[in-house]
Amino acid sequence: MIVKPHIDWFALAPSLALLGAAGLLLMVAVFAPRRGRKATSAFVAFGGFVASGIWAAFLDDRSPNATALVHDAMWRDRWGALAQVILAGSGAVAVLLSYGERMRDEHVAEYYALLTSAGAGMAFFVQAGNLMTLFLGLEWFSIALYVLTAIDIDLVGSLEAGLKYLVIGAVGSATLLFGSALVYGITGELSFDRIAAAGHAHDAMLVVGLAMIIVGLGFKASAAPFHMWTPDAYQGAPTPVTAFMSSATKIAALVVTYRVLVTTFPHDQHLWRVAIAVIAIVSLAWGNIAALVQRNVKRILAYSSVSHAGFMLIAVAAATPLGARALLYYLIPYAAMSLGAFGVVAARERELQRPVTLQNLAGFGWERPFLGIAMWVFMLGMLGFPLTGGFIGKFYVFAAAYDHGYWWLIVAGVIATMISAYYYLGIVRAMYFRDAAELQLAPAGGSPPFDPLLLAGVGIALAVTVGSFFAVQPLIDVARSAASSLPL
Amino acid sequence: MLTTALIAIPVAGALLIAIAPLSSYWLGSLAALISLVEIGVWITTAARFDFSSSSLQMDQRASWFSDLQVSWHVGQYRFSLWFVGMTVVAMAACTIYGWWAGRDRARAYFALMLLLTGAIVGVFVAQDLLLFYAFFEAMLIPLYVLIGVWGGSDRMRATITFVVYTVVGSLLMLAAIVVFGLQQGTFDMTRMGTSSSQWLFLGFVVAFAIKSPLFPLHGWLPVTYRESSAEVSAVLSGIVGKAGLYGLLRIAIPFFPQPVHDWRIVMLILGSVSLVYGSLLAFRAPDFRGVVMYSSLAQSGLIVLGLFASNSLGFDGAVLQIVNHALVSTALFLLAGMIERRTGTRGEFSLLGGMARGRPALATMIMTVGIISLAVPLSTTFAGEFLILAGVFQQGWLWAVIGGASMVLAAMYMLRAISAVLHQDVGPAVSENALDLRVGELAIVVPLVVCLVGLSAWPNLVSGRASAPTSSGWTQYAP
Repeated sequence: MIVKPHIDWFALAPSLALLGAAGLLLMVAVFAPRRGRKATSAFVAFGGFVASGIWAAFLDDRSPNATALVHDAMWRDRWGALAQVILAGSGAVAVLLSYGERMRDEHVAEYYALLTSAGAGMAFFVQAGNLMTLFLGLEWFSIALYVLTAIDIDLVGSLEAGLKYLVIGAVGSATLLFGSALVYGITGELSFDRIAAAGHAHDAMLVVGLAMIIVGLGFKASAAPFHMWTPDAYQGAPTPVTAFMSSATKIAALVVTYRVLVTTFPHDQHLWRVAIAVIAIVSLAWGNIAALVQRNVKRILAYSSVSHAGFMLIAVAAATPLGARALLYYLIPYAAMSLGAFGVVAARERELQRPVTLQNLAGFGWERPFLGIAMWVFMLGMLGFPLTGGFIGKFYVFAAAYDHGYWWLIVAGVIATMISAYYYLGIVRAMYFRDAAELQLAPAGGSPPFDPLLLAGVGIALAVTVGSFFAVQPLIDVARSAASSLPL
Repeated sequence: MLTTALIAIPVAGALLIAIAPLSSYWLGSLAALISLVEIGVWITTAARFDFSSSSLQMDQRASWFSDLQVSWHVGQYRFSLWFVGMTVVAMAACTIYGWWAGRDRARAYFALMLLLTGAIVGVFVAQDLLLFYAFFEAMLIPLYVLIGVWGGSDRMRATITFVVYTVVGSLLMLAAIVVFGLQQGTFDMTRMGTSSSQWLFLGFVVAFAIKSPLFPLHGWLPVTYRESSAEVSAVLSGIVGKAGLYGLLRIAIPFFPQPVHDWRIVMLILGSVSLVYGSLLAFRAPDFRGVVMYSSLAQSGLIVLGLFASNSLGFDGAVLQIVNHALVSTALFLLAGMIERRTGTRGEFSLLGGMARGRPALATMIMTVGIISLAVPLSTTFAGEFLILAGVFQQGWLWAVIGGASMVLAAMYMLRAISAVLHQDVGPAVSENALDLRVGELAIVVPLVVCLVGLSAWPNLVSGRASAPTSSGWTQYAP
C-alpha cells in the first residue's frame, strides 16, 4: 500500500497557474479563430503570469516559516515565493514585449504556451527541495526555452541558436545530473537538508558532485566559463525570448544556486565560496572584455548579462544574510533593466527589419525620445549609476563582499565596472551623439510601428529600474524576510 | 527644507522642461527663469543663515535604507553655503548663455543643464557619504551628453577621455566608500569617526584629484575643455572641478588625519607641480581656452596647497579662492565663447588680435576679469592667494615661495592672452563685422564681474565666514 503524501496545492499554485495557462493556450491554438488568435493567446499568457505573481505574493505573505512539501521534494518558503514574484513579473513584461513581434499565425499560440510553460518550470524550479525536483525543474524550463529560441523559422540564425543552446544546455544538464548522482551515491539521500545532515562533508566524491552541480547551474546562469551558448542564443533568438531568457533564467538559476549551496553543502562552504568567487571573477573579466569588441547590440547585452552573473555570484560567494539580501535586491532592477533594454532593441529591430548594431542605432534617441531615454536609463543602471536600482544593487553586492572579508571581490567588481563603462556608454553614444543623416542609413520606410504594449513593457521596466533606487527600504525588507527562510 | 529645495527646484525644473509643450525660445527662457529662482532661494538661505555658528545648518534627515544606515541627509556648513552660492550663480550664467546662443535640441539641452545644477548642489550639501557619491556620479550623466551632443568635431574622443578618467576615479571612491562606511557602521558624515587607512585615503584622493584636476591626473583636460561648448567648459572648470576640491576638503582631509599627515608632502608637491606646470602650459597655450584651461589646473594646485596647509588661514584662503576661481573661470570661458562666436575661430591667438578697437565693452570685460584673475593687489583673488600662501608658509617657506612665484607666472600668461586678443595687430579672423558685446551678453558677464568686484571690496565676506567641517576646527590636523 503506497501512502499518498499530503499535497499543499496552494504552495504549488504559482507554478500550476502558469501550467494551466499553457494548457489553455494549446486549446486556443486549436479552437480560436485565426483572426483573434494572437490577441487571445497573449491575453491568456499575460493573465497566467499575473495570476502566478499574485499567488506567489500571497504565498510569500502566508509562509513566514519554511516548510517542506510532498516528502521534502519542494519547499514552501519566502525565498522561493519572492523569486516567483520576480519571475512572474518578468514573464508578464515579456508577453507585452512579444505582442508586436512578427510571427507566423500558426505558431502564435504555441509561442505563448511555451513561454508560460517555461515560466511554470522556473516557478517549480525555485521551490525545488531535492535533487530530483531540481533536475526536473531545470529540464522543464530548458526544453521550453530551446524550442522558443528556434521558434521563428523565418529568422536567420534562430534555428542555429536553438541548436547551439540545446547541445550546450544538454551538456550542462548532464553535468548537473551526474553531480546529483554522485551526491546521492555517497549520501544515499535526495533532499537538500538530509544530504547536509548525512554528514559526508569533505568526502572527495561529494565534493566532485558539488563541483558538477555548480557547473550545471553555472550553465543556466550563463556564468563564465559556462557561457559559450549565451551570445549566440541571445543573438539568434527572437528578441522578446532573449529578454525573457536573460532575466528569468538568470533569476531562477541564481536563486536556486544559492539555495542549493547553503542548504545542501553548508559544511563545505569554505570550498564553494572560493569556487563561486573564482567563477564570479572569470565572468566579470570575460563578459566585460568580450563585450568591448561587439558591434551587435544583442551580443553586447549578452556579454553584459554574463558580467552581471558575475556580480550576482559575488553576493552568492559572500553567503551571509547580507549577501542573500544583496542577491535578491540585485535581481529586481537587473530583471527590469534587462527586459527593458531588449525591449528597446526589439522596437528598433521592428523599425529597421534587420539586426540592431551600434551603427544603425544612430539617431534613435532623438527619433523616439521615450525609448531613447529608457535605454539610456537601462544602460546607466547596468553600469551602476545613481538614479537607478543598479547602483544600489552594486553597492549592496560590494557591501556583502566586504562584510564577508572578500575585499578582493570588490576590487574585481570595480575594475569590471570601469571596463563596462566603455560599452554601456557606447550604446548611449551610438543613440545620441551621431545623426542618422550623418550615417546615411537607408530609411526604414514609413513611420515606425506604434506598439503601445511594447511601450508599456518598457515603461514598467523603467519604473522598476528607477523606482528601486528610491524604494530601497521596502524591497530590502522583503528580501530580508525571504533570506531568513534559508540557513546561514 | 531650504537645502532640499535647492536640489529639488532645478530637478523639478528639468522634468518640467522635458515635457512642457513650448518652443525652443520659451524653453530657454523657462530654464533661465528657474535658474534665477534658484539664485533667489540661495539668497534666502544665506539671509537666514547663522554665520556665528560653525555647525551644520538647515539640515534635513530622512532614512533611505536603515539596513546599512544610509540616509537622505542634506545640510550646509558655513563654507558649503559659498560653494552652493557660486554654483547657482555660475550655472545661471551658463544656462542663460546657452539660451542666448540658441542651442539646438533645446528641450534636452536645458533639461540637462538644470539636472546638472541640481546634481552639483547636491554634491555640496550631501551629508551622507553614499548620497554624496550618488550626486557626484549624477553630475557625469548630463555632462556626458552635454559634451557629446553639443561639443565640437572631436567630441567623441572628448567624451571617452572624460568618462574614462572620471569613472575610474569615482569607482575607486565607491570602493573606498563601501569599506569606510561599513567600518564606521554608518554612512552619515556627521556621525563618522576618523580612519587611519592609507588605502581608503588614496581611493578618495585619486577620485578628487582627477575631478579637480591635479597633476598628473589632468590628462582629460585639454580635449574635454576644447571640444565642449563654451558654457559647458565654464561649468566643468568653474564648478565641476570644485566638486573634487570640495571632496578633499570635506571628506579626504577631515576623516583621515593620519594619512593626511603622512601624505602631506606628496600632496603639497603635487599641488606645487600643478601650479607651476599649469602656469607654464598656460603661457605656451596657442588659444584663449588653452590659457583659461591650464590656468584652472594651476589654480587647483594652489588651492590644494591651501587645503593641505592644514590650518585655518590656508582653509579660509582655499574656500575664498575656490569661489573666486569659479566666478573668474566661468566668466573667462563665456568670454572665450563670445570671442569664438564672433570671429568664427576656435580662439587661436594667431587669428585674433586688435579686438579692443571699437569694442569697448568686450575689452573692458576681458581686461577686468583678466586683471582680477592674475591676482592683482586689492582684488579678491589676491586676498585668497595671500591667505593660502600665509597658511602654507607654516608648513615651510619653500611652498610659499613656489606659490608666490606662480603669481608672476599668472601675470605672464594672462597678460599675454589679453594682449593677443585685444591688442597687437588686427588678426585675420577679426573683421569689422565682429561686433562688440551685445546687451544680452553683457547681462550674462556683468553680474559675474560685479560679484568679483564686490568680493574684491569685501573678501572677508567669504574668508571670514568659512569654517572647518569639524567642531574642533581645522587646526587639529596641523602637524
